[in-house]
Amino acid sequence: MKTRDLAYIALFAAIVAVLGTLPAINVGPVPITAQTLGVMLAGSVLGARRGFLAVLLFLVLVAVGLPLLASGAGGLAPFAGASAGYLFSWPLAAAVIGWLTERTWDRYNVALGMLANVLGGIVVIYAVGVPVLKVVAGLPWETALWSGAAVFVPGDLVKAFAAAAIADVVRRSYPVIERPRRAVDTR
Amino acid sequence: MRFRRPGAVGTDVDVADPTRGIELRGVGQRYGDRVVLDGIDLTLSEQRVGVIGANGSGKSTFARLLNGLVVPSEGQVLVDGLDTRTQVRAVRRRVGFVFQDPDAQIVHPTVAEDVAYGLENQGVPAEERAVRVAEVLARHGLAGHADHPAHLLSGGQKQLLAIAGVLVMRPARIVFDEPTTLLDLVNARRIADLVVGLEQQVVVVTHQLDLLDGFDRVLVIDRGRVVEDAAPGPAVQAYRALMADR
Amino acid sequence: MTLALYVPRSSVVHRMHAGVKLLGLAVLAVLLFALPTLTAAGAALAGVLAVGLLLARLPVAVLARQARAVRWWLLALLVVHALTTDVRTGAHVSLRLLTLVLAAAVVTATTRVNAMVAVVEWLCAPLRLVGVRPARVGLAITMALRFIPVLIERADRIRAAQAARGGSPRGLRALRTTIAPLLVQVLQMAHDVSEALDARGADDVPPPRRRRSPTLETP
Repeated sequence: MKTRDLAYIALFAAIVAVLGTLPAINVGPVPITAQTLGVMLAGSVLGARRGFLAVLLFLVLVAVGLPLLASGAGGLAPFAGASAGYLFSWPLAAAVIGWLTERTWDRYNVALGMLANVLGGIVVIYAVGVPVLKVVAGLPWETALWSGAAVFVPGDLVKAFAAAAIADVVRRSYPVIERPRRAVDTR
Repeated sequence: MRFRRPGAVGTDVDVADPTRGIELRGVGQRYGDRVVLDGIDLTLSEQRVGVIGANGSGKSTFARLLNGLVVPSEGQVLVDGLDTRTQVRAVRRRVGFVFQDPDAQIVHPTVAEDVAYGLENQGVPAEERAVRVAEVLARHGLAGHADHPAHLLSGGQKQLLAIAGVLVMRPARIVFDEPTTLLDLVNARRIADLVVGLEQQVVVVTHQLDLLDGFDRVLVIDRGRVVEDAAPGPAVQAYRALMADR
Repeated sequence: MTLALYVPRSSVVHRMHAGVKLLGLAVLAVLLFALPTLTAAGAALAGVLAVGLLLARLPVAVLARQARAVRWWLLALLVVHALTTDVRTGAHVSLRLLTLVLAAAVVTATTRVNAMVAVVEWLCAPLRLVGVRPARVGLAITMALRFIPVLIERADRIRAAQAARGGSPRGLRALRTTIAPLLVQVLQMAHDVSEALDARGADDVPPPRRRRSPTLETP
């Protein structure tokens, strides 16, 4: 892996961290944060591999004790709490978004981008997060689905749209994902 | 890792020949359809070489060719006989590079840690590292700042730190890409004095024409070609004439 | 922001191995959740304060800054629990969070980032088997920590530039006029940083067990 790729990975780990300084909205056991916007951006700007590693790197920073999660949480505790499943799903979400983005790179637009972000950034995150929430917090399915997924849908749709709109601009002015096979020098 | 390609000129030399200087042979650089540099044949062996040219003339790419940050799409760049295409690691050990933006060159949390970075990459043992870092910091007036957070230094000090991080690696040649552009007058003067006083060969890309007084050779690059190659006086004159026509 | 957090002192806590401190932090977190009582959380908080202020001789301001950063969060936890369960649980949960945040702050204020990175590199050593170079992991962490304050500063600068031209775009327009340009700017910066690192031999270490033909060596 080139140093340039490492720098991009580090940059998006930092972006997810900085988005955590925006105030979170507390709506139950799992807060609404801007950090999933960073997860979506990592996938849709960097692609699958680097997006996955960027979010994984962010989680490593949290785990070594830096208070980088929304509202200043950090250390190993969040990985054992009710919202742990969401954290663990983030790298996977970035990878799925990145994979879908790479597949549609040649004809990428806000609509396709939003579709990728919804599939990776909403479906994948809930698919991992909600069952973990149910088990750890001992909630019945209905409550887990309501407090762990339904309340986030409006915000997540906004974030999916925002990430796609941003990625679309970045793609035209500073493309980081290289075209499959016909590699283009980005320098 | 080094590769030998029998038959190709200059690629199967493991030992550098310091008398050869930096040689560019038929160098061209294009990104897609865009030609950035074209048909450059030069040998740079003078102690002080300046490079001037308008924004977008290709001089930054020219600078990056000299230590293998950019590999030419046509032709060859040889540093002391080492090919930047195949022996880039050996080349980078011989040619240091100082960038325009001091902020982009500093990633480590403290001054001493940042200076030590290049030595770590070279596998220099910790004790020797500490000695060499202390020595360089002392020589450039940063001794009191060893444990200081690097990103809190002033712009001028940051550029000093960036230069110290290159000097500590003891390269034989150093390329500067607009080292004073982002600095105020006083700091630009300090950096300029430092550059002129170095014992290494230096190649300086700059917009600050007075920096080049006393240089041995100045190249003027325009639209990807070397259009003047002379002593500072005539070269600067040619550059001014060129710009006046625009 | 929490990053230039290291406070140089010569104390037992500072000299302690970073791995030990991180392990201690992890153990504390597990214990706080295993012993969910107000007394345990209170005792742990007292312990953390004693280690931070007396043993490590950190300025009160360093810890206060961390506590201030989470004050609304603590208050929200207290209120939510007071309304849904009871005040005691609320106090316990917020005390526990405060303790963990302060413990993390003590570790970060007494440990150089490089020491912390070394621990992660050490933990990554087994990944050599799948071709991961621990030093590269360390470099990525160092860069991420460097980028966080830079990002905050650039965002402020762009906001100021927008304000100077009489606008503070919100909503949709902000995506195109503020956030996307910021992203392009910092991508360029990341590229510059990687170039500067390469110039100092960041990729000097040959890739492990992988012979590539000379024709592939061009970037």
